[in-house]
Amino acid sequence: MSEQHEQQHHIVSPATYAMVFFSLLVGTALTVLASYFDLGEWHIAPGLTLFWNPVVALAIATTKMMLVVLFFMHVKYSPKLTKLTVASGLFMFLVLVGMTLADYFTRAWGRW
Amino acid sequence: MSDSTAIANGAPAEAQHEHPPYQRHHFASVEQQADTTNFAMWLFLLTEVMFFGGLFTAYLIMRNWYYQPFVDASHQLSIFWGTANTAVLIASSFTMAMAVWSAEVRRKGTLLLFLCLTLVFGFIFLGIKGIEWHEKWEKHHIPGEHYSVQSFVNPQSDPEVYKEYHDAPLPADAAQKTVEYFFLYFAMTGMHALHMVIGVGILIFMIFRARSGAYTTGHVTFVENFGLYWHFVDIIWIYLFALLYLISRH
Repeated sequence: MSEQHEQQHHIVSPATYAMVFFSLLVGTALTVLASYFDLGEWHIAPGLTLFWNPVVALAIATTKMMLVVLFFMHVKYSPKLTKLTVASGLFMFLVLVGMTLADYFTRAWGRW
Repeated sequence: MSDSTAIANGAPAEAQHEHPPYQRHHFASVEQQADTTNFAMWLFLLTEVMFFGGLFTAYLIMRNWYYQPFVDASHQLSIFWGTANTAVLIASSFTMAMAVWSAEVRRKGTLLLFLCLTLVFGFIFLGIKGIEWHEKWEKHHIPGEHYSVQSFVNPQSDPEVYKEYHDAPLPADAAQKTVEYFFLYFAMTGMHALHMVIGVGILIFMIFRARSGAYTTGHVTFVENFGLYWHFVDIIWIYLFALLYLISRH
């Protein structure tokens, strides 16, 4: 039993933290840089357009979030229970936001 | 050796104390105690995700409804200060992670150094936020009685922003919708800053406790869980920065 537990408290090394820190700064620079360019849009259907700027900004933000969660917040080295809880929490959050936005964004469809 | 052994032997668990003093008796081991508190902290953070999630969702819905007023209003934010604050907060997250590491390897001096650095970065963040808010105050962009739509019905009256974006004037009714943007801007950054202020308070408490060696005895749970909180606040800012400052530039 004790052997099993000894592996559990994993100490993340300063080198890993420094790498994550550097990546986060690079991500910040990239997202600011990307905001200076018009990345265009994708007309999926009449009345439905996807603008790439917010997509890129949110993709970079999510990458940064994942780095923070996995390394700074130790989820990568946490017990499965923690991993599952974090993942299901984020999933639940996406479901709630996704459903709400799907409702609001489509209310006016077909009315023009 | 665990409590269960002691009970099996018929000896009172109290008399044994074969575990560190910081282990509560209802936990089988220090590891179980650490995992449990860690799990509880994550549950709390998930409620926080839902809390901020409501604000983010409101923002996305409103931005979709009043697209042009939201775009023009967000042009009032300074990319320079926003980027600077993002860097400051990321740096504070790094120093906080290093503080957790210092506690884990039981180095009191390094722990104090990194806690103090985190505190300093926290104050810098709040200071920059104060500069930004003060600018909104001066331009009458705080929702309320003294709100002014001048910058939006007549963009040229605001030369600093105009020279960068060349926004077309908004009709009076649309310009009024910029209030919604600033309302959400203050609600979201204000709520975020409140979390920072609470964090700064706990950091000061931790620095005093760390000085007397509280976290360098192998019991790092408090530092670790505070780290989770601090990183969470960092994550919220990462999204605030993207949504409030960046996505409306084009």
